[in-house]
Formats: sequence, C-alpha cells, structure tokens
Amino acid sequence: MVNPVAISLRGLTRRFGDVVAVNSIDLDVLHGEFLSLLGPSGSGKTTVLRMIAGFERPDAGTIELAGTDVTMTAPYARDVNTVFQDYALFPHMTVAENVQYGLRVKKVAKAERVERAQAALASVRLADYEDRKPAQLSGGQRQRVALARALVNRPKVLLLDEPLGALDLKLREQMQVELKEIQREVGITFVFVTHDQDEALTMSDRIVVINEGRIEQIGTPTEVYEHPATAFVAGFVGISNLLDPVTAEQVIGRPGTWSVRPEKIHVHLSGESAPAGHHCLNGTVREVIYVGMSTRFVVDLPAGGSLMAVRQNSEGSTDLGHLRGQSVGLSWDERYEYQVADRI
Amino acid sequence: MTTVELASPKGGFGYRHPRARLVALLGAPMSWLIVIYLGSLAALFLTAFWTVDGFTGALVRTFTLENFVDVFTTPAYLWVMARTVGIAVAVTILCLLLAVPVAYFMARIATKRWQPLLVAMILTPLWASYLVKAYAWRAMLSPESGVIAWFLAPLGIGGPGFGIFGIIVTLTYLWLPYMILPVYAGFSRLPDSMLDASADLGAKGWRTFRSVVVPLIFPAIVAGSIFTFSLSLGDYITAQIVGGKVQMLGNVVQQNYVTNLPFAAAFAVIPVLIVLIYLAAVRRTGALDNL
Ligand SMILES: Nc1ncnc2c1ncn2[C@@H]1O[C@H](COP(=O)(O)OP(=O)(O)O)[C@@H](O)[C@H]1O
Ligand SMILES: [Mg+2]
Repeated sequence: MVNPVAISLRGLTRRFGDVVAVNSIDLDVLHGEFLSLLGPSGSGKTTVLRMIAGFERPDAGTIELAGTDVTMTAPYARDVNTVFQDYALFPHMTVAENVQYGLRVKKVAKAERVERAQAALASVRLADYEDRKPAQLSGGQRQRVALARALVNRPKVLLLDEPLGALDLKLREQMQVELKEIQREVGITFVFVTHDQDEALTMSDRIVVINEGRIEQIGTPTEVYEHPATAFVAGFVGISNLLDPVTAEQVIGRPGTWSVRPEKIHVHLSGESAPAGHHCLNGTVREVIYVGMSTRFVVDLPAGGSLMAVRQNSEGSTDLGHLRGQSVGLSWDERYEYQVADRI
Repeated sequence: MTTVELASPKGGFGYRHPRARLVALLGAPMSWLIVIYLGSLAALFLTAFWTVDGFTGALVRTFTLENFVDVFTTPAYLWVMARTVGIAVAVTILCLLLAVPVAYFMARIATKRWQPLLVAMILTPLWASYLVKAYAWRAMLSPESGVIAWFLAPLGIGGPGFGIFGIIVTLTYLWLPYMILPVYAGFSRLPDSMLDASADLGAKGWRTFRSVVVPLIFPAIVAGSIFTFSLSLGDYITAQIVGGKVQMLGNVVQQNYVTNLPFAAAFAVIPVLIVLIYLAAVRRTGALDNL
C-alpha cells in the first residue's frame, strides 16, 4: 500500500521576532486531494506553504513528504513545486525556457524536455506562446505559464499561493474551474492558499481555516460552511450570524454561542407562526439590501445583536424596502443551528 | 439648428504648445551639449586631420590622414593602445570580482538598517580628492619605503613597486564604487521570489547564480563596467604617479599636445573610438535596453 498521506505537519511553528506567524500546526494532506488553506491576510498561510516548500525553516515541528522527514531538506531536493503569488517567471527567458527550466536543471534530455514542455503548455492552452517573453503576456497567461512551469516537473505536491489573486473576477472564476479540472486530470496533490472563502468553498476537497497562525477547523466545504467549529469560522466563512449566549438561552434554551446561516432563516411578517421543529424569535428590520439574486435583511434582536437573513428573489415582489423599521418574525429549522466554540 | 459653442477650458501656454514646452525644458541643456560638449569633440576630431609645420611648429590646416597613419603604424603606439585596453579590462574585471560579493552582501544579507550606512561607506572615498588617493597608493607601493614592500620584506620578496600592477591596483581602488553602486542597485531590484522559484525548480545555489542572478543583474554589471572601463581608458595621472615608466594613452596625448596638437588629437580620438566600440558591443547583448 502506498502511504495515503502526502504531507504531514506536526507541531509546525515559525516566529518572526515577537510575531508567531505559525503556531504549532498539525495537518495531514492526503494524496491527490485539493486542500485549501483559508484565512485572512497575515494569518500565516504563506508561511506554512513556504515551510513545506523549504524556503523557510520552522522553529519547531516536523514536515514529512510521503513519509520522509524533509524538515531540514533544501528546497531544491524536495519533490514539491510552487506557483508563486507574483508568478516569479524569469523575465529573461521565453515561455518555453521558463517551463523547461526545472527539466534542464535535472538534466532531462533535450528532446524529452521540449516535448514535455509543449505538452504542459498545451494543457494550460498556451501552446502558441512558447517564444514570448513573460512581459508580453497578460496576467492570466502568466499565471498559466507559472502553472505549466510547476506541473511539467510532475511533482507529488503542488503548492499554490493565492495564484488567482491578481486576476479580475471573470478570469478568476474561469481559472478556478480550469485549475480544478487540471488537478483532476493530473491527480497531483494541491495545497491552495487563498483568503477568498468562495474560492475555497468551490474548489476544495477539504478546507483548513487558519487564523493567527492556528488551525480553527479542518473539514469539507459543507462541513466548514454548515458546521463552523468556532465563532471565527462562522464569521470568516460566509456571513457572521451569531446568537450570543443571552439570546441563545431564550430562543434555543441552551447556553453558549450559536450560529445559523442567513439563508436558513425565514422572515415572516409578524402574526404568522413558525412551523413545528423551528426555533423563532422576533426582531426589527434595520436594513433591507437588494443584491440581485437575493435580498438580505439585517434584523436587530431585542436582547441586542442582530441576525442576517437572506431571501431568494425567485418569486413575489422583490422590492421589500418597505419592511425597513417593521417588526418581523425569524425562524429556522433546528437542524441548521450549530453551537460554536468561543475561540480555541 | 443651432450649435452651441462650448467654452473649452484653457490650458496654460505649455499645454497648448507642447513643442514650446519641450524647448523650454531642454533648450539650455541641449545648447550646452551641442555647443560645448559635442562642439569640443568635433574640434578635436577636426584637428586630428591637420598637421604641424616641422620647422615653424605652426598649425597647417589642410586635410590629411597622416596622424592616424602614424598612430596605427607605429609599433610603440600600438603597444600603448593594447596596454591601455588591457589595463582597462583588468581593472573592470577586478572591480567586478570585488563588487559582486560586496554588493550582494549589502543588498541581500545586510539588514535594512545597515544598508544606507554601507552605501554611505562605499561613497565616502569618492569625497576625497583623486590626487590624494593616487598619492596614497604611491606611498603604499613605493619600492623603498612603501607599506607593501615593508610587509613583504620579512618574506624575502620585494614589493611590486611602480608599474602596470600599481596602475591596475590604484585604478581598481579609484573606480570600485562606480561598479559597486549599480550592481548593488541591481541586486536590490532582484525579487526574492525569483531565487525561491529557481530553488523550487531544483536548482542549487551556483546554478541559480549562473542562470537567474547573473542574467538579471547583467544590465547593472554593464552599467558599472562602462564606468570602470572608460574611466580607466582615459586616465593618465595615475600612470604618472604610480606607473613608473609605463605609459597609457592619456600620457602620449599629454606629452604631444604642446608640440604637436593634431597628433595628440588623433591619439585622443582612439579612446573615444574604443569606448564607442565597447558600447556597440554591449548594445548587441541587449543589456542597454532596460538600463
Ligand atoms: N519574512 C518575514 N519577516 C517578518 N515577519 C514576517 C515575515 N513573513 C511573514 N511575517 C509575518 O508573519 C505573519 C504571517 O504572514 P503570512 O504567512 O505572510 O500570512 P498570510 O500569507 O496568511 O497573509 C504576518 O504577521 C507577517 O507580518
Ligand atoms: Mg500570503
């Protein structure tokens, strides 16, 4: 049996002066999986990635690649490749030379080198751009050259540091689909860093939510979105919708901080009663926000705090501005409420 | 139908007359360049085609290639040329060998706090007079009383004394900052991720240096070498002070300009030509494109 774990991190820690950028992280990345590191800017995602690649030495902890300890191994001796946030293409080399660089360094024979580089460029749909210099490419094209330059080496693991961050929205969404397809085709383990929750949710097999150098939660997109483990995750992934302990005690009848996703909350005009198996409470509409496909309601709660509810604009009148200031009832199915830890 | 004349907002004079703006900006420096700089070069070039009357010593203003024929057919002069180019090349290579590690340290190893200080330290010698520095080296190199001779005496070796070696060492010392500064700027501009990417693709340090670092700082090296090469080529004072009997191009010019100005002019055209050839060669490498 092959070892199913591609990367294993144990107690991984990195400090910069007083800043603990990465704080004792334990993580197993499985072979062939698309794993995202999701967290706000400065949470330590890049530092984790740089330690896996070998650019940064951990202060404590170990890194194993496919069962081999590489904690003290130099970057050039690790079987991983990186797609850098700024792409880091060599400006003095053509696209073809960039893609062939890794193979040339490893002394792959010229014929094979050329063939593999062509195949890699074809797989990112840049077959006709071999002789261009990076400066003559658009952002999206550079991004794909960087991807081809990494993939051509057939690494066991590909590390991507916010590779779509510099692209505009349309291109980014298109590249998300393409990246996912490429990953499925080549079957390489992807560790994908992003601060964009939508990107993480749409692309990943599993998401690791990181905050202040610590792991807040590891899980599938559904788990992370629907069962946020901590208040931080509830707030960072999706829209923060927390019931403070006082309100929770009243509505749910149990202590602690609870969370409900906005789209699980129904808004009724006062007077209507909630169906069985639903928890409900009343509030005052503070804001009605029309966002095209849906309308968002911000509802102030009597005991303080507020909840957001989202209603799809699929039927009925979509101009609900008149509800502002009105008292409404909110209800949700008990199955969709989750208790969150206050901060690990 | 009526047309409405929109009042167009008026820009200043310079906005409405871009050419006038250009003239105002460049007028003074361009006249300086054309009249004084190119003018004197042209005068030099012109003089090189005249001769001097052998008896009276008066200038004879008739076109002749005699001076150039002289320059290029007299073995002694050809030697001076070869020697000068050799010295300039040696100085440039030495400066490069010293500047690359120093500039690398300054730009990529030293902390941000130290960098301005190190740059200041590199600049400091430039504030001292050229002559003082040359004479300092004369004192060091002197065969009888020099520091170097004194150090080597216990080993039973004589010092290098005055000569080509002294010239090369002194010129290297004088022009080193002109190489360090552009190379330092080149290293500072080099993104860290470029080095990481190379290592990531399997390259060890030396490979990265050859395939990534050197090509990327090459324009900076070229910029530095233009300084060190052309400054060395035109120098004659250092040769006088620490060169002993060794002559460079400038010394020949200096010895002739009183008695035979046209010949001195012809000789002085040579370093200009060499630098132009050097620049043309450098241009072919493409290093000047993004200087
Ligand atoms: N080379 C460095 N020197 C000093 N501090 C650093 C360095 N790299 C990262 N940090 C600090 O470590 C923390 C995590 O950084 P990083 O891993 O880049 O976060 P992210 O990629 O999640 O935005 C930040 O507070 C950052 O300022
Ligand atoms: Mg980052």
